[in-house]
Amino acid sequence: MTNPSSSQKPGRAILAEIKAGLLASLWICLLAFPLMTLEINPSSHTISFSASRLPFLAGATFVLAILWRFFLRRRAFQGVSKAVLKSEGLPEGLIKGPKPTWLTVVMGSRFRYPVLAILLGFMALLPFVSPPYLVNVMVKALIYVSLGLGLNVVVGVSGLLNLGYVAFYAMGAYTYALLGQYLGLGFWVCLPLGALVATLMGLLLGFPVIRLSGDYLAIVTLSFGEITRLVLTNLDITRGPRGISNIRPAGFFGLDLNGPIKDFLVANLGVDKDMDINKILTYFIILGLVILTIICVFRLENSRLGRAWLAMREDEVACQAMGINKTRAKLTAFALGSTWAGLAGVVFASHLSFINPTIFSFMESIMILSIVVLGGMGSIPGVILGALVLIVLPEQLRAFSQYRMLIFGALMVLMMVFRPGGLIQSAREVYLHKLGGQDGPQGGPAGGAARIEALNGAGRPVEGDGRG
Amino acid sequence: MNFFLDLFMSGLTKGSIYALIALGYTMVYGIIALINFAHGEIYMIGAFTALLASMVLGSLGLSGWGLLLSVAAIAAVYSAMYGWTVERVAYKPLRGSSRLAPLISAIGMSIFLQNYVQLAQSPNFLVFPDLVPQIDFLAPVARYISRTQLVILLFTVFSMVGLTVFIKFTKMGMAMRAVAQDQTMARLAGVNIDKVISATFVIGSILAALGGVLIGCSMRQISFYIGFIAGMKAFTAAVLGGIGSIPGAVVGALILGFAESFAAGYVSSSYKDVVAFIILIIILIFRPEGIMGQAQTQKV
Amino acid sequence: MADLRPAAGQAGHAGDPVLQTRGLSMVFGGLEALNNVDLEVGRDTITALIGPNGSGKTTFFNCITGIYRPTRGQVTLFPAGLPAIGLKGLAPDVITHHGLARTFQNIRLFNNLTVLENVLIGRHTRMKAGLWGALFRDRATRREEREAIGHSFELLVSYGLDHMANELAKNLPYGDQRRLEIVRALATEPRVLLLDEPAAGLNIGETSSLRDLITSIRERERVSILLIEHDMSLVMSVSRKIYVIDYGRLIAQGPPDEIRRDPKVIKAYLGEE
Repeated sequence: MTNPSSSQKPGRAILAEIKAGLLASLWICLLAFPLMTLEINPSSHTISFSASRLPFLAGATFVLAILWRFFLRRRAFQGVSKAVLKSEGLPEGLIKGPKPTWLTVVMGSRFRYPVLAILLGFMALLPFVSPPYLVNVMVKALIYVSLGLGLNVVVGVSGLLNLGYVAFYAMGAYTYALLGQYLGLGFWVCLPLGALVATLMGLLLGFPVIRLSGDYLAIVTLSFGEITRLVLTNLDITRGPRGISNIRPAGFFGLDLNGPIKDFLVANLGVDKDMDINKILTYFIILGLVILTIICVFRLENSRLGRAWLAMREDEVACQAMGINKTRAKLTAFALGSTWAGLAGVVFASHLSFINPTIFSFMESIMILSIVVLGGMGSIPGVILGALVLIVLPEQLRAFSQYRMLIFGALMVLMMVFRPGGLIQSAREVYLHKLGGQDGPQGGPAGGAARIEALNGAGRPVEGDGRG
Repeated sequence: MNFFLDLFMSGLTKGSIYALIALGYTMVYGIIALINFAHGEIYMIGAFTALLASMVLGSLGLSGWGLLLSVAAIAAVYSAMYGWTVERVAYKPLRGSSRLAPLISAIGMSIFLQNYVQLAQSPNFLVFPDLVPQIDFLAPVARYISRTQLVILLFTVFSMVGLTVFIKFTKMGMAMRAVAQDQTMARLAGVNIDKVISATFVIGSILAALGGVLIGCSMRQISFYIGFIAGMKAFTAAVLGGIGSIPGAVVGALILGFAESFAAGYVSSSYKDVVAFIILIIILIFRPEGIMGQAQTQKV
Repeated sequence: MADLRPAAGQAGHAGDPVLQTRGLSMVFGGLEALNNVDLEVGRDTITALIGPNGSGKTTFFNCITGIYRPTRGQVTLFPAGLPAIGLKGLAPDVITHHGLARTFQNIRLFNNLTVLENVLIGRHTRMKAGLWGALFRDRATRREEREAIGHSFELLVSYGLDHMANELAKNLPYGDQRRLEIVRALATEPRVLLLDEPAAGLNIGETSSLRDLITSIRERERVSILLIEHDMSLVMSVSRKIYVIDYGRLIAQGPPDEIRRDPKVIKAYLGEE
């Protein structure tokens, strides 16, 4: 069964790996040769040669190529072993179900609510004890969390690749900026309006294009994102490329937060004296939005509608055969994703107080998509982690900022090849049932011999007759 | 009338360049039903390689047609190598996975290549040398067609003829058509699918590289970002003509070139990029199979 | 060809048609995949459609389930005690709602969802909750959800899959995947269950348990079954009436014993002498 040469002579196998690694690094150096060694001086219009970057590239490629081959083989082997198990008809006990992770264990235990409460308390205290810049970073990260969770409904749960997500984000931001500028409307009025505008645009775009197959949808949304950006750049009302400035922060019952309230907070709660208290308010607004989003997405995922989305992602033909109206399900997912982008857009505009079209470029869509892909498509904790990793980490590692998009691009390829489920794979809801119990209302509509009870919650099946 | 003729010629040349890129999209889609998002970057790399090659060869004393042709050849070879590698790294490991995975991988590859060139070369526009030599016999009609435009048309026509001959008469071309029709049957008939896919990427990349050289000659400046916009437009052209159809891609590209050129001339130049996108959306809504494509029946 | 159309008002008796096609034809760019197919599925019976590879069996399924729109002809459903419903031209999800459910030749489960969720999705068309219900989880939604989960568990218990309820569908052994696909179709509460080569890829033991499964479904659920199959012994042992199709045309119909001896059928399967 096994290859005799590889099992008998491990030395030869290692040699083969080294050879493959050398070949790969030679090939990559050849590819990189002109672009990375020749440099043009635009002012003198001369060209200079420097091979100093090549040795590093060669070494890195060598290591990466060997790792690549190793992981690719491991991946292939995993696939085979499962298939073998299936074809041999081995007892299902041998086929592993979803493995419990630390996350599902904690969330399934009775410590769930205490853990969540501690986490929430920590998040609530954070702005009062941290320096202003950290609050800014957190606001930014939380905006991306809600964007990520919104896009996750579209891409991760429903399997619709939306590459123009940033357009709906821009709709929200511009709705607030324009209504505030021209009509003097405040943040709290514009928050639902921004969401409404984005949702309507989502429906307007979604209605005709939603029946297109997946890859066409990707292209159309990409085009839509670009059109939106170009229109914003060329319109007079949006002040073109200059954008709109002096956008007001969110109000708090008409109070001036940086007046006596600030003095009180600084004196009694140890808040940093350089802190803009409006930022703390923004922090709580976006935190609230994120919590609301998490609840909504969780409820959706485990509902009739959410299951229809998942079914659609898994198999469009089979989902229709189950009586799911594909068009309507797609449209709902698409429009709902836009709603969240609109909400996040309004908060974003109030946070930054200045917006222009270049903020809403294609790269921004890619950024949000990276969050979903890296974190785990369809996984709520995954998306949160993805946003924190991709937003907070680069803030801390500014030296690498120019490599950021390069790394994102590479990450997207690597994730798809080796871990398409993302860092935290989405765990499915576990349902419990008991046979022959005595209490509780009858579950099924048609009374059968089986007594059935279903429990919600991401818990693991529990033995015994006590009810969870 | 002259204004119209100018717009016509610029539309024709623009359309020719789109056609060269669109062929790569349409061929890859025909074979493995994947939108190769990174294809625009291959074109951009072709343009950058051409720029570097022209400066090196120019300083070695090469000039005239020899310079233009060797620069084009070097760009084609390099782009082909990149195209082959992209397929090997980003798409091949994903055969048989979900529909979304290769798309996301393709976008990742596109972003990676864009930033790679930006970091390795320059984030700004670079001046592209005038590689097209004087063509004396063009002097009487010079006000209707420039030498660059003539070269673009010639290159495009030669490439189309070459591609047609390749697809119709070579063994690999036949294998490509077989795979496009029915992958399973082609495999059973002994066609090496992996080889055919690689060859498709190589050929598409060569055509894109020629497009890159030509756009450099005509715009006289290039940047790492040109691949994204041109890629989008070429893709639009491919969809317009009917994705998977080779003549369709050419027709679609020409229509798009004219539409853009006339829109810029008669409507407003600031919205010229929007035209392509709007055409794309309209086509996808009303005739997703394109002008020369066939409606697909779902396989169940 | 005998006209088996029932007299009006007789619907409801065993043996009356519950599903009927008249002159069903499907043309793909000049190629006639189906040509004037008249077929009836008797109420509470198992009917089989057989034919060589490429004879048009799956096309027939796709036509009556709305995946393809038939070029000509009628598809009619006769629900017991209700007016007849013309199915031609309806969308697949509407057809499922009216009471046709199917399985697929190459299993099409929702692989990354659990076994229970697969069945729950089958309940979709019998549930009502929409966006509002999902977000606010009002009482009606909670009750509906509870009932759907209960119903799904009952189905899984009845067909021996409950011990794997929380496994991902893709991790099931092949035979159980086939079984799950049938259970998922049953969850839609079909009047007619369409099985597309359910024995494909099963070994002898699995095929025999499939035979038990099919007969037990017919006894337990009030459902009529239309079966496409290659496995002759399975078809002959479970079905009351068999239709034979070749090159898109019906070439024979009748009870198993007649079909077994029909020279036209033998010729279609074994080729010209």
